[in-house]
Amino acid sequence: MSGVAEPRRSAPCARPGSSRKAFRAQGALLQVLFVALLAFAGHAFAASGAIEPLPFKDHAQEVRFQNLTKQLRCMVCQNENLADSNADLARDLRLEVFQLMQQGKSDDQIKQYLVDRYSDFVLYDPPLKPGTWLLWFGPLAILLAGGAVVTVAIRRRNRGGGTIDNDKPADGGQAGNEPADMGDDW
Amino acid sequence: MKRLIPFLVFALLVGLFGFGIWWNSWHDARYVPSPLIDKPAPDFALPKLDAPEQTVSKASLLGKPYLINVFASWCVACAEEHPVLMADGRRLGIALVGYDYKDVPDDARRWLREHGSPYDLVIADQPGRTAIDFGVYGAPESFLIDAKGVIRYKHIGPLTPEVIARELQPAIDAVKREAP
Repeated sequence: MSGVAEPRRSAPCARPGSSRKAFRAQGALLQVLFVALLAFAGHAFAASGAIEPLPFKDHAQEVRFQNLTKQLRCMVCQNENLADSNADLARDLRLEVFQLMQQGKSDDQIKQYLVDRYSDFVLYDPPLKPGTWLLWFGPLAILLAGGAVVTVAIRRRNRGGGTIDNDKPADGGQAGNEPADMGDDW
Repeated sequence: MKRLIPFLVFALLVGLFGFGIWWNSWHDARYVPSPLIDKPAPDFALPKLDAPEQTVSKASLLGKPYLINVFASWCVACAEEHPVLMADGRRLGIALVGYDYKDVPDDARRWLREHGSPYDLVIADQPGRTAIDFGVYGAPESFLIDAKGVIRYKHIGPLTPEVIARELQPAIDAVKREAP
């Protein structure tokens, strides 16, 4: 276990206080149970505090906010994004992002603001720079290297076939020779 | 020789796989290097925990190196770190500034009364706004700030005697050599 603690969270689950009566009621029908479960679910959702209402100017701003916070990592629960995380710090950072948006900052400016404090790690999409070339181009380089190996192997095999064909003078100028000609480039 | 090539490639892949397992078994995936190292510490102005009417700012602390230690009464790992600071804090030869992070002041005061305070000064950041500027994402964290107000070293997680001997003390010595 790493010893880093995270700020206190609100209880993620709610206690089924009010719905208990529904269970106890005589002849509790399935419907009642269903309604009680719905109420419980709603209660649990509200208590999780995952989505606190922010006073967005309009729907477009809300969409932009959601889109932006989905691209940012929660530093406490590192496999969660800011939009989904229930951690205390994530809530603070959502508020920070919201306030920066109110100040008229662009998405890039807001990202840079967080990168300046928390490093590139806050971005789910790593930026392209010398330090990340291996990350970005590594797979392509491996694919190209593999392709080159396969190409060389195939050409060699074909050239091998070509020489066998060339042993038979009658075949000269036919299909068997073409790969051999291509092979001369190597 | 040619026949060995597939085997060598296979051995290479096994090696890579083994490295992945080995690397992930010891390195702390939570450790993120701070982009603030060797950059000026962010400006801050925070109230003292014991005297909230008094404000401590970055400017008021300039001139001498100091160590900011982020802690909170709710933080389990801080209680783990606390005895280390109590035992070795004085020997660091540098001012220790406690940074009470997102805490109820009364809880923090009680916590320090019960466990003892290793700090020369404690500042309180109840909303946690300044901590964002410092890139704090979990307590405890420690920042070494030199006389010019530049962050020189950061440690995430509890300070242990090993970390102090291996990393913190050499960093403090270097900072003190510049500005005694």
